[in-house]
Amino acid sequence: MKFHDAIVVGAGHNGLVAACYLAKAGLDVLVVEKNDWIGGAAVSRSLHPGFTYSNCSYVSSLLRPEIMRDLDLPRHGLQILPYEGGAVFTRDGGYLAMYRDHDANRREFARHSPRDAEAYDRYARDILRQCRFIRPLLMRTPPDPTSFKPRDLSELAFLGRKFFGLTETERYDMIRFWTMSISDFLDEYFEHPVIKAYLAVSAIIGTALGPMSPGSAYVLLHHYMGDVDGNVGAWGFARGGMGSITQALAKSLEAAGGKIRAGSGVARILVEKGRAVGVVLDNGDELRARRVISNLDLKRTFLTCVDEKDLPAPFVKQVRRFKTRGSSGKLNIALDGLPRFPALPDGSPCIKGDLHFTDSVERMERAYDDWKAGHFSADPFQDMMIPTLIDPTMAPPGKHFMSCFVQYAPPKIEGRDWGDADRDAFAETVIAQIEAHAPGFRNLILHMEVRTPRELEAEVGLTEGNIFQGELTFDQLLFNRPVPGASQYRSPVKDLWMCGSTTHPGGGVMGAPGRNAAAEILRDARKPLAMSDAYAVL
Amino acid sequence: MPSFDAVVIGAGVNGLACAGRLSKAGLKVQLVDQAAQVGGAMATREFAPGYRVSAVAHLVNALDARVESGLDLARHGLKWSARDLATTALGENGDHLVLCGAFGERLDGSISAADRAAWTELRVRLLRFAAVLAPFKAMSPPRLAANAGNDLIALAKIALKLRLLGRDDMREFLRLLLINVADVVEDEFADDRLKGLIAFDATLGAHLGPRSPNTLILLLNRLASQAAGTVAGLALPKGGMGAVAAAMANAVAELGVDVRANAPVRRVLVEGDRAVGVELQCGEIIRARHVVSAANPKTTFLDLVGRPQLDTGFVRRTRSIRMRGGAAKFHLALSGAPDFRGADLTSRLVIAPSVNAVENAFNAVKYNRFSEKPVMEIIVPSAFEDGLAPAGHHVLSAIVQFAPREVEGGWNDRRGAFGERIMATLEAHAPGISGLIVAAQMLSPEDIERDYSMIGGDWHHGELAVEQMLFLRPAVGAAGYATPVPGLWLAGAGSHPGGGVSGAAGWNAAERLIGSEGAQ
Amino acid sequence: MNDPRLHFNTPLKTTPFHPRIAAANRLNAWGPWGGYSTALVFDDEAMEHTAIRNQASLYDLSPMTKYRVAGPDAAAFLDRLTIRNVAKLAVGAVHYTAWCDDEGKVLDDGTLFRLAENDFRLCCQERHLPWLLDSAFGYDVTIDDETESVAALSLQGPCSFAVLKRAGLDAVAALKPFRMAEFAIGGIPVMISRTGFTGDLGYELWTAPDYALALWDRLFDAGSLHGLRPIGTNALNLARIEAGFIIANMDFVPADIAVRADRARSPFEIGLDWMIDFDKGHFNGRRALLAEKQAGSSRWALVGLDIDGNVAADHAIVYAGRTREVGVVTAAAWSPSVKRNIALAMIERPFHAEHSGDLWVEIYALRELQYQKLMMRARIVDRPFFSHSRRRATPPAEF
Repeated sequence: MKFHDAIVVGAGHNGLVAACYLAKAGLDVLVVEKNDWIGGAAVSRSLHPGFTYSNCSYVSSLLRPEIMRDLDLPRHGLQILPYEGGAVFTRDGGYLAMYRDHDANRREFARHSPRDAEAYDRYARDILRQCRFIRPLLMRTPPDPTSFKPRDLSELAFLGRKFFGLTETERYDMIRFWTMSISDFLDEYFEHPVIKAYLAVSAIIGTALGPMSPGSAYVLLHHYMGDVDGNVGAWGFARGGMGSITQALAKSLEAAGGKIRAGSGVARILVEKGRAVGVVLDNGDELRARRVISNLDLKRTFLTCVDEKDLPAPFVKQVRRFKTRGSSGKLNIALDGLPRFPALPDGSPCIKGDLHFTDSVERMERAYDDWKAGHFSADPFQDMMIPTLIDPTMAPPGKHFMSCFVQYAPPKIEGRDWGDADRDAFAETVIAQIEAHAPGFRNLILHMEVRTPRELEAEVGLTEGNIFQGELTFDQLLFNRPVPGASQYRSPVKDLWMCGSTTHPGGGVMGAPGRNAAAEILRDARKPLAMSDAYAVL
Repeated sequence: MPSFDAVVIGAGVNGLACAGRLSKAGLKVQLVDQAAQVGGAMATREFAPGYRVSAVAHLVNALDARVESGLDLARHGLKWSARDLATTALGENGDHLVLCGAFGERLDGSISAADRAAWTELRVRLLRFAAVLAPFKAMSPPRLAANAGNDLIALAKIALKLRLLGRDDMREFLRLLLINVADVVEDEFADDRLKGLIAFDATLGAHLGPRSPNTLILLLNRLASQAAGTVAGLALPKGGMGAVAAAMANAVAELGVDVRANAPVRRVLVEGDRAVGVELQCGEIIRARHVVSAANPKTTFLDLVGRPQLDTGFVRRTRSIRMRGGAAKFHLALSGAPDFRGADLTSRLVIAPSVNAVENAFNAVKYNRFSEKPVMEIIVPSAFEDGLAPAGHHVLSAIVQFAPREVEGGWNDRRGAFGERIMATLEAHAPGISGLIVAAQMLSPEDIERDYSMIGGDWHHGELAVEQMLFLRPAVGAAGYATPVPGLWLAGAGSHPGGGVSGAAGWNAAERLIGSEGAQ
Repeated sequence: MNDPRLHFNTPLKTTPFHPRIAAANRLNAWGPWGGYSTALVFDDEAMEHTAIRNQASLYDLSPMTKYRVAGPDAAAFLDRLTIRNVAKLAVGAVHYTAWCDDEGKVLDDGTLFRLAENDFRLCCQERHLPWLLDSAFGYDVTIDDETESVAALSLQGPCSFAVLKRAGLDAVAALKPFRMAEFAIGGIPVMISRTGFTGDLGYELWTAPDYALALWDRLFDAGSLHGLRPIGTNALNLARIEAGFIIANMDFVPADIAVRADRARSPFEIGLDWMIDFDKGHFNGRRALLAEKQAGSSRWALVGLDIDGNVAADHAIVYAGRTREVGVVTAAAWSPSVKRNIALAMIERPFHAEHSGDLWVEIYALRELQYQKLMMRARIVDRPFFSHSRRRATPPAEF
């Protein structure tokens, strides 16, 4: 029987990133994936003839450039396409647009509020300051603040130096930013409700928080700390859909000698004498390895794949209370033609960006209230895009793929599982919202895939459909992620590692958890690290 | 020559504490207040003929020990009609859960063994965590800067206390620091009454719901306090809150503070970029080497000091201080004792049936509405002592959440509707109470703002929220009691460590001022 | 075409003078300025500079940010906002000023026009509406952005007065430097201020956009005999370096958009401390500036450099004693007017004084795809590099 240096459970982007780095360091790596396809939540699926759906994640910004370079992803087929602006439609038939051009954007803001138009530069400056602080932390293992180990102490000292490298005012601003709600934060810069609504979006996407929840400003940062070719905060598409990222990773892995076995769900992670020694597949096959690396979320890894008796009781308790409440759903739609939004003037580039229909922070918060009460939002927030306007490969000519990311959708409806009727009703609220701004939209629908947290959990394996593999609140960030004492990609089971978004620095198609996990594994294995250092932040 | 070393604006708990402390240090102090009676929000008022009640604050949970002993309040007449007050979490059908002693040392009532055990464990843990943070309350907030005059020894002690928690508890401390209270109680307990009560206590006086992150720390803040000598305890002053005011007024008078009521301040005099005194509404000028404002920070800076003396960035920060009061005060004069299905009326009664009940009540206030099903803390002071109501009659005092400062439709028109919602809730828990009503009074945040100069009706003079705590309170640039204007100090609840009948902010401010004198 | 939603079609706006400028812009060299397209060069940068110093030049100032500040408290507000004493600014006068944030770091510099007792125009490089509005909290003033509603031209050069005179404006003769008055040129109402950015004799002309083209045409009718020519930003930039003037985002970074907090500069650090009036009462940043002055804690100094050789030292690193980096050149040029290799540089204190005899500038000269690295000695010299008595003579000379 073959004995691998490492088995990675789950061929999501982080599992593949970890596998690539390990394989490049000379380890014999096998990635096992339950689905017949790979990619986890970064996939391109052909669910309707001629159409390609990015049916989970749908835009890219966070994927670390160091990883793209180290793993030579462009050579393996990855192309990231920046996209243009966006808009939020208002109830009165108007809209606020966001343009890539600074001056056009200022004039668009000024159309709504001359003051806000000129406030935007200071706002952008302040967000950029936060980005500059956090970006170097993404590719580092968080220190354990309770540890006296030299490495933890030196990492703590690094954090301290960074923090005290700021001016005194910046230090206070930073603490406020990390603890505030995005609603309160925006109130300190802007006056116009629609401008605030547009800017608040990034603070709620994927989270189980509302825009008025403290801590939501940090989530905004989580969506701004990426870049497209150095353009911090910019987002783009992966040509061919988000699966192109994981396909490129798979090719890079293959080139480095790693193997992937799809259609091989892991029933159990084998633990012997306190060490992970391999996995048992759903079909009963037993695969053995020197170490096992789980790309699954914390709960799925330890509550489903590991026997409770192999885990310390306090750890099990920590895992059980790890928060993975899903908050979003998605509609993937094949369209017979381009929907027309009468509010937008002809030629507006906004339609090529992210379109929203929620014109006030209050409406977003009310959508969140529905979620808290165990309902999907009656008046949902959605981040709607038509990637085919930029990427022609995803639909036949003249036809379009539309991706609608929707909040909020709870993991359970009033405590019970989602039913098909719930799912259909959920889809209807979304379609009705679009139809109201794009009459005739409904008639363009050729095919539609509706994904609630139920589908996300069943297909992708994300517990409760949480797209970040664990909520992004301070109690689950940095050295608290996923749980205190296990924040360095290791687990209480020797040789069982974690590399998913469930670990620092968290969710999004970023790859940093996978790379950081690989770095720790190679450090323990005393193998050299074949990776670039974090990019300089000047 | 200034006639005084310091003039203190506002004779609420902090102004009194500050004036007393300054006077003890030998400073000649003038204390001025706009009201006819000193005490600010510590007041016992007759709201209906023959019925008296603590008008705003109705319980003591955080009276600073330095203030209590330093001003010798016991000798000056402060008596407790109850210490270590128990809390009754009212159940729907009389199945109440009673937390006896400080923060429920003992649980009375039917509750599962698992919840009892979990409660014992969590309680001890939270009290330990609170004890780590407690020293912050009795010191000026540190500045995040080197050579900023921080009390490094005190900070080192706090750091040591944190480390002495041990590895597991320190990790847990860091996890819980900014967590929401709902997740904590839902992780630990099954009992809705217990969960509802803790969720209520954490968000009492805040503009946050239990599912809002950063709410557990508000509970820790409560637990880091003491009342009548008991950490995390609750105490009821004899004669209502006005008695605390009277004792403090006596104490500062004996210390030589010149106290003037009916003396509203028009403005703080600034000459040569230094605060040199105050001008009263009547035109009289009082000169002093220091001006200490225990008034609201927005009032202090924007109205009393005025825009021309302050920098734009600082004004921006001052205007951004959030002061959204979310609580109303409700008083009933009753012809007999209300019956909360057998609950002990000499305990604090809390109606917060579940976490979701508190959260749903909070949802409304985000959109400038009052809660359809409010949650509340009830005291029946007349059950503790005679004299607050005619014989056989009772008064009831409740803090009701949530109610916005500006309600949709205006408080003039919506006052009655909210009163009905409150009464419906009370009637559900104390059947027949409506029939006992002799008189009722509802103080909306708007009323509280008007009557007690609390902007937004926020009794903290600046919401107690993590981003407005410690060195961020009330605003960067004025967090250490000193302000951008030399000679002008803040000493009110708007400063660290916040409001409540505490006096800590005033005491800390006085010590800071005295320290600056020493340095000169 | 006036649909305000369609600005995505015109990411850069055009100024009211655009039809004439486009016609004259033979090189079609355009650059962005404040959201407008502006001409960088019309046909020959050197000849355009020559016009500034030798004949007369016309530059389109319209993209300059202009705020109108009016109301009973306008003077008090501006006194509170800016570091200079507005009480000393008479009606009909203009002064160069600057304003700071709370930390005493410069947000921008600009010119303040007192149009009437309670009516001012503030011209600057960057946009500051939120800062102005927030600073106005508690003052009875209105603040309006009039960038789009005022068309402006800068007429500079020794013959600039002659051009105006030929256009019929003999009365301009009485206008002293930093004064302004209302005039009419052939029925076109125009406000003329004796101001400019060249350090030479010159005027700035302000009118409504509707009159812009007629004004342009009148000026060229009058100026043809005096060699009047339109100039682009490049020539003006050369002239302003000679005059030693600084520009936000070129010579300093406005404090409210500096991503790196250490890039903000106080007036002491960019040579504007002469404006500060500490005795006028409180103004924004006063406490910080006073503390800086008393502690001598300024970290930088903006200086003029006279550099050996003739290769412009744009963005070069400045060294003390050839090894220690002490600053950077913010603007540099070979000056045709003074025949020196001049530069403005931000130098770390105390090297601006102590090592003024031992400063070196590292210039990389790219010549036919090879760098020649030059280490040139630089001396700190007084600004302006170029000055001429004709700038201040009243009445001005007529050529």
